[in-house]
Order: sequence, then C-alpha cells, then structure tokens
Amino acid sequence: MGRGGHAIAGVHEGAGEAALNAGSIVQFENVGLRYGTGAETLSDLSFSLREGGFYFLTGPSGAGKTSLLKLLYLALRPSRGVIRLFGEDIVTMPRGRLPGFRRRIGVVFQDFRLVPHLSTFDNVALPLRVAGVEDKDLENPVREMLAWVGLADRASARPATLSGGEQQRVAIARAVIGRPELLVADEPTGNVDPDMARRLLYLFDSLNKLGTTVIVATHDLHLLTEVQRADMLRLDRGQIADPTGALRHPPKRAEG
Amino acid sequence: MKAGARKFGVAERGLLPEGRVAGPMPWVIAIMMFLTVLAAAAGLGLAGAASRFDAQIGTRITIQVVEANPDVRRAQAVAAMRAVENLPGVTSVRAVPEAEVQNLLEPWLGPGGLESDIPVPALIDVDVTPETHRALDVLRRAVAAAAPAARVDDNGQWLAPLASLIGALKWLAVGLVLLMVGATAATVVLAARAALDTHRGTIEILHLMGATDVQVARLFQRRIALDALFGGLVGFILAALVLIGIGERVSALGSELLGSAAVPAPAWGFLVALPAFGVFLAMLVARMTILKALGRML
Repeated sequence: MGRGGHAIAGVHEGAGEAALNAGSIVQFENVGLRYGTGAETLSDLSFSLREGGFYFLTGPSGAGKTSLLKLLYLALRPSRGVIRLFGEDIVTMPRGRLPGFRRRIGVVFQDFRLVPHLSTFDNVALPLRVAGVEDKDLENPVREMLAWVGLADRASARPATLSGGEQQRVAIARAVIGRPELLVADEPTGNVDPDMARRLLYLFDSLNKLGTTVIVATHDLHLLTEVQRADMLRLDRGQIADPTGALRHPPKRAEG
Repeated sequence: MKAGARKFGVAERGLLPEGRVAGPMPWVIAIMMFLTVLAAAAGLGLAGAASRFDAQIGTRITIQVVEANPDVRRAQAVAAMRAVENLPGVTSVRAVPEAEVQNLLEPWLGPGGLESDIPVPALIDVDVTPETHRALDVLRRAVAAAAPAARVDDNGQWLAPLASLIGALKWLAVGLVLLMVGATAATVVLAARAALDTHRGTIEILHLMGATDVQVARLFQRRIALDALFGGLVGFILAALVLIGIGERVSALGSELLGSAAVPAPAWGFLVALPAFGVFLAMLVARMTILKALGRML
C-alpha cells in the first residue's frame, strides 16, 4: 500500500478477490461474526495487513472494533469467511495449534486484564513464562521494559494499588515484552496523559521498526498524527467503511 | 516469541494465588480417607479371616469318639485313626492331645474341671482333599466300622454360616471403599470446577497469551494434589490411630475369633498406599475435569 495514497491500507473491495497481497500477515476474506442468533456484528470483512505495517483501527463506539481485534488475537473464531494469520487458515485450524499462534501475538486489552494477585514484575513477565523462559533470563528484560514504561519503582506493586494509567502501562509492557510478531492494542492510551500516550506510541513505533506488525484501535484522532507512516482501517456498523481513506490523516482542525 | 514451549518456568507456583484453591476440599478428603482406611482395614481383616475359614471348611473334619469308658475310648480312637489314615484323599490325621482338649473346655468347665469324672470325647483332626471332603460317606463308613462310638463332624457345617457372614461383610467393605473412591473423585471434580470458576480471569489471560491446556491444568492439578496430600495424610493418621487402638483392645480380649479378623501386618502396606492413591486419583480427576472445561474454550 502506498504511503501517500488515499485508499484504506490493504482493504480489498469485492468478496471474490482471488489473491491477497503477498507478504500479508493477516488476511480476511468475507469474514462475518455473529454472537448467538443476533445480527452480524461484523459483515463481509475483506482486507489484509502487510507484515511490518502500522495500522490504526478507528470507528464509532459499537462499530465492532473490539470484536475485530478479538478475531485477530484468536479469542473468537468468525461465523463465516476465512482468516489467514501468519499464512495459515486459523478458522479451520485444530484448537491444539492455536496456543503456538497466540504466543506470536501481543495484546493490550481495553480493560487491561492484569492478573490481580501478581506483582507488576510478574504480570509483565507472564508471556515469557508461558513461553518457557527461565526465571534467570527474565530479570533483565522485564526490568528494562518496566523502566521504559516508567514503572521501574513499582515492580513489586499489585495491580489494585496502581492507578489506571499505571495499569495500562503494565498491560502494554506485558504485550510487548516478548517482541511479538503482531501487536494488537485496544484503546491503549485511553487512561494516560498526552505525554505518556506519545511515549507509549513511540514504544509501539520502535517495536514496529523492529518488524512487529502493529494494529491500534483508538478513538483518539491525535494519535493518528503521531505515526506518519501508519495506515488506517475504519469500521462502521460492522463493515469496513470509508473506502476513500479520507480519515487516513485527520484534518488540522481535529488536532486542536 | 517462539512457539512450542511445553511448560512454565519454576516460577509457575506464583501464577495462582497462594493458599488453598479448593476451599474445604482437603477436609472432605481427610474424612473420606479416614473412612476409606477403616473400611479397607475391615475388608482386609475380614478377607484374611474368610480365607482361613474357607480353608478349614473345605478340608478339615473332626472325629469325636464319645465313650464314657476311657479304655474303650482310647482303643476306638486308635482304631478310627488307623481306619482313616490310609484312605485316599486324607492328607493328615492328628489326635488332639488331652491337654489341648482341656484348654478348649476350660472356659466352660473352669480350671480343674476335667479332673472330675466328666467324660470328655477324644478328638481327631483329619485334613482331607477338597474332593474327598465333597464325598465324606466313604470316610464315615470306614470310621463307623472301626469305631462305633465315633462321630464324624464336618467343621464346615458350623463354620459355613459364619464364613458366609464374614464373606458378605468383606464385600460390603469393598463396596464401601469403592463408594469412598467415587465420592472422593466427585469432591475433586466439584473442587476443580470451583477453582476454575474462581480463577477464570487468570486462566483466560494465560490462555490468550498462548498457554496450552496442559500448562493450565498442571497449575491446578499440582495445587489440588497438595490439598489432597494434606487431607489424605490427616485422614490416614487418624484412621491408623483408631485401628491401633482397636487392635490393642482386641488383643486384651484374647478372642481367637476377633483376633482372626485383625489387620494382618502386610495389609498395612496397602493401607499406607491409600493416601498416595488418593493424591494420584485427585490429580487425575482434576486434570481430566480441567482439560474438559478448557476444551470448551477456543
């Protein structure tokens, strides 16, 4: 996808598009998601995210952003359609293979989802422990990451004693500690001040430059200007909207 | 982050909150183990008694020579012994010494009771093969021809009802042990489900970070095994104290019948293994329950 174009990054119009972009890390083909017997929350999503890309996912509340992210971090399977992740069809993939894929994805949850009885250090170390990293090899990377997010002095604090912003930073540190191939963040800067938001975004940006594909769902139009090379996906009522890409960079007046 | 790691590091201990995961489960297991050990001990004791009775019922007969004249009694006893000792299927013949007969009768006649003129029958223990035991007529005819005052008593006639009762009690004990095992397994299932519900948030996070079902199950089964070990040991120690106390009182009674149903020494090895079996059962049931529950998650 060209940097200066006006199309939404990687969005493919037309359900029957035969070949998606080479080098895509995520490919959606005619994906629909329905909870129970209700109407479809997501309909006919067809797009691809290229490996190493940086994407913002925007849209009004209730548009289906969190549902889309859940499909990306393998918390849900779609009701229909095909999703390819890291080149493999994860819709029909046996359940036993999913953990290996999940370890390649970092997730920042909107509600943080920190483990309440674990310290800040142990929460951040969790993905490494799940991946089988020995304790002796955890100390340095976790301390370094805590310093990055400004929580070096809160390593032993429990989540209940942290402020909302601090919890959010722990959640972000946990998501990026394992240098995931795909980082999925749901409103990652919603509870931090603008300076910290920029700092965290810089962290995502740095990770992206190291090769991680980043997708950030946000309402915050200011963020969109922080990463100039970012592409945008816009969801509206469960469908990819705004095919002209007018919101790719917000107008100046919106930055005020 | 590379896929394929199969287990957490040594710090997995901290991934679930400290303390018990399963509420009162250890105490329920302690009660179950207490009752299981008592039931198993009763079953083992009764099984030993039953096998001893079975052996006697199947192969032992007693010839009583009931004759007031001691000379005739002795002569007929010798004749009866000679008559049976060479019969096919007779494995041993033993004249019960008078001193032994006195010991048998002393509880009824009192010390020195035999010094009176009460005639006491001569007793001959005869062991036969089971085939011969099933066809005693030949032996009875031989004894009757040689010693008219002799009477052949089949020990099985009076031991059989007792042996039948003991056999039934033995199977009752086995049934109780099986029921306890089932109840313990059900307790663990409930405890594991409760633990899963309590820690669902943590499990979901671990799950979304790529923890495998086996990794998550291992966290719980380890904790539940520790709880089961605690409960099992408490239950076993209490039951062992009760059994030792009962054993001492039975010994003090000096009853041969009760003594025959005591827990034999080798059986203690089996009883000691029960807590270990309980821990294994708890781990297995917890693992199956948790894996089944996790299998319903994506």
